[in-house]
Amino acid sequence: MYRPSAVPWSPGAPLGQHLEERGVSRRDFLTFCTEMCAVLGVAQTMIPRVAQALQDIRRPSVIWLQLQECTGCVESVLRTAEPTIGDLVLDVVSLDYNHTLMAGAGHAVEQALQDAMNANKGKYVLVVTGSVPLSEGGIYTMIGGRTAETILREAAAGAAAVVAVGACAHFGSVQSARPNPTGAVGVRDIVKDKPVLVVAGCPPIGDVVTASLVHYLTFGRLPEADSEGRPLFAYGKRIHDQCPRRAHFDAGQYVEVFDDEAARKGWCLYQVGCKGPATFSPCPIFQWNTRTSWPIGAGHPCIGCTERNFWDTMSPFYGRLPGVSGFGIEQKVDAIGAGLAAGALAGIAVHATATVYHQIKRRKATGELPEEASHG
Amino acid sequence: MASVKVVVDPITRIEGHLRIEVQADNGKIANAWASATQFRGIELVMQGRDPRDAWAFTQRICGVCTAVHAIASCRAVEDALGITIPANANIIRNLVHGMQYVQDHVIHFYHLHALDWVDVVSALKADPAAAARLAQSLSPWPNNGEAQLRDVQQRVSKFVASGQLGIFTNGYWGHPAYKLPPEVNLLAVSHYLEALDWQRDVIRLHAIFGGKNPHPNFLVGGMASAINLESTATINAERLTDIADMIKRARRFVEEVYWPDLVAIAGFYKDWGAIGGGVPNFLACGEFPDADVRDLKSLYFPRGIILNRDLSTVHEYDHQKVTEEIHSSWYEYAEAGAALHPWKGETKPKYTGPQPPWSYLQDQQKYSWMKAPRYEGKPMQVGPLARMLVAYAAKHPDVQEMVNATLGTLKVPATALFSTLGRTAARGIETVLIARQMQHWFDQLVERIKNGDTATFTKDKWEPSSWPASAEGYGYLDAPRGALGHWVQISNGQVSRYQCVVPSTWNCSPRDAQGQMGPYESALTDAHPLVDPERPIEILRTIHSFDPCLACGVHVIDATGQTLSEVRIQ
Repeated sequence: MYRPSAVPWSPGAPLGQHLEERGVSRRDFLTFCTEMCAVLGVAQTMIPRVAQALQDIRRPSVIWLQLQECTGCVESVLRTAEPTIGDLVLDVVSLDYNHTLMAGAGHAVEQALQDAMNANKGKYVLVVTGSVPLSEGGIYTMIGGRTAETILREAAAGAAAVVAVGACAHFGSVQSARPNPTGAVGVRDIVKDKPVLVVAGCPPIGDVVTASLVHYLTFGRLPEADSEGRPLFAYGKRIHDQCPRRAHFDAGQYVEVFDDEAARKGWCLYQVGCKGPATFSPCPIFQWNTRTSWPIGAGHPCIGCTERNFWDTMSPFYGRLPGVSGFGIEQKVDAIGAGLAAGALAGIAVHATATVYHQIKRRKATGELPEEASHG
Repeated sequence: MASVKVVVDPITRIEGHLRIEVQADNGKIANAWASATQFRGIELVMQGRDPRDAWAFTQRICGVCTAVHAIASCRAVEDALGITIPANANIIRNLVHGMQYVQDHVIHFYHLHALDWVDVVSALKADPAAAARLAQSLSPWPNNGEAQLRDVQQRVSKFVASGQLGIFTNGYWGHPAYKLPPEVNLLAVSHYLEALDWQRDVIRLHAIFGGKNPHPNFLVGGMASAINLESTATINAERLTDIADMIKRARRFVEEVYWPDLVAIAGFYKDWGAIGGGVPNFLACGEFPDADVRDLKSLYFPRGIILNRDLSTVHEYDHQKVTEEIHSSWYEYAEAGAALHPWKGETKPKYTGPQPPWSYLQDQQKYSWMKAPRYEGKPMQVGPLARMLVAYAAKHPDVQEMVNATLGTLKVPATALFSTLGRTAARGIETVLIARQMQHWFDQLVERIKNGDTATFTKDKWEPSSWPASAEGYGYLDAPRGALGHWVQISNGQVSRYQCVVPSTWNCSPRDAQGQMGPYESALTDAHPLVDPERPIEILRTIHSFDPCLACGVHVIDATGQTLSEVRIQ
């Protein structure tokens, strides 16, 4: 629980001093740095440098825009994991604009936004949740009489870095699913003159947002990303390759229907529609809600929410890969089912991996994935 | 003072994009317009989808009320297909929804609503020792000691001195409408911070049953989380123990922090018991079935309607009497001026407002993406106050006891319920009741498991081959923000029509053709002050008392009638 010994960051003081004032021991701080290095995939030899960099940083301004969205991503960040030092990372920034939490309203907060953009021009981190509806001149999302597109362009112009959080900011999410009635697009379709990091997911795990910010504050640049803009430290691996139920897949032990004997033994959810074989996400490793569980861990198949256009390409959600639409593979679900019934294990593995083959190929071609990242 | 036009856009500390325009005369609000300025059009997206996927799409209507659309959707599809879910699944849904109530209402109070009543800067002037004495007279909560409160005060002090105020920048600090003594402000600030950590803990219940929060997973026919005491990968004794502890911590925080704070703060704002009443009609569709969802007698919060503030009669609710109008909304109907039942609803967006950037909407006949739901032609308030009034009038013993005790403690008349303060108090009352009820559902679940029943899913109608060629269903759910309805029609295994009428659609409704205002607008013009148009804190108080959820409210799910079996998802 919350320990009210925490104190705010004095103006101009580096983080190291701030931590001391908060009663955080050097040892706790180094433990935190070690954990962050592990999360970010940074070599252990870099820990001292990370520690030094974090110690010297000053509270940067973060401006958080919420456009066409459902607020789930803000809620997710509010659930960021303990230890309390994790909170510190949120304390580490000055959150100068966030619609859900701001005390003031109306022109008072619009003024606060303008002031923060002017005072920190070229230096602030812009976090964006929500998509940008482009149809009919943008009248499907207006704030203070201005369109989401206008607001985003203005805020992005002065940003040092842009972080697009969640499936809406990634590609438009549910409102962009066929037939995309409002012409919703993601941030990278609007902001093209600077790198945009995409923290994918509907919503993403709050800790991935936090870790991405830590990376930026530590190294002064955004983490390495794949062609979707997703940081490799979180989205470099398929769920299928990190899944604790993988052994059941390999052994041909499948849930046939929910709540059957296999489900009660925690076997593989592939046959009831799991999209883990086609989804790059850190869910099995980071887990959700202070590492309490994650979708497959609670018995439901992955719906692939970190992948572009998953509402169309991964649905029907209970359809088996690769028979679900969007993969361009001729195999019908029935044929796969017959294969499964016959226990053609090798065949299943081929089917499952074929669905991501083109993704991996593309990612390798663009240098996002090393050669050893082959699967299946 | 002459009449002035005041615009508050964005309304912050809510979900979504809401704009309020008012005309104020001599410190009173004379006229008001509530405008939703975002539309997502998920209705068109739903057509042709697998109905078993509908919960996932509709859940994304809102990430704050994250479980509610999913459960309502499952109920609608199960109603259409004639599925009865296992008792365990119903209990688990009650637990998930119950924790949603408790967590969501507490977050609303501290993080969305409190800053309307609590002056953070004033807390700097508090005497921590006096604040601790006050706190300990109100509650046994262990974190109300002098040392802790002094730490919080120092934290705020440094924060203010830093000049980097973050989310507190340009708040209305020092506004004369703030009435709390510094010590109460300090206590509230301390609990604002504690509640941030508490909410993260108790909502883990959603992760255990649904894998994550926001947007936990659900399943048509039951729940996907299997129960097996002998497995490490399922709901087992360890998981149940974790849940039991969460339920205890949830209840303790509600009873020892949230509720005492609410009553203490309300005591300084009793004048708000005569402000912002608005629409005098209340609708509750009922919630928390103890048995099957179709057994309305088993609902913990009863269903019904109150008209003209008359608590002597609870009128029956019949969903057939719900209609939606678009007189002031940016849509068009095939038959102009129609009031359509959701089964015949149409959603064809037609924006007629000014081209952005623009300054005012109040001169426009149409001014919102929100439709105007009406019950037998009348606007209705929905939400905690509607539920508590219906339950009170229906002689619900728990509700009567809590409501009477609260009125007695605050020494206010029953008419004070019909107000901005009444809405905020009703939210607290039902949170106390649900936090208690959680234990009841948990005990039910454990008892069933003990007796050997671990079923969580009904598989009979899972395969589309077992479905009729066409079917339709209605799923109700009284969500934290009020009465919610999902209507689904299924044709040849696909969704052919899907409709929702959502709490914030009722409450944020614009005017209808008769000129009847919706609840926000009506409340803002009911004996409503606005002292300083530059710092419209009074508007925020009343609007936040409804707990707006705009992404929900805009009529997002409303497929037009056509069967789109020819639409193929590639």
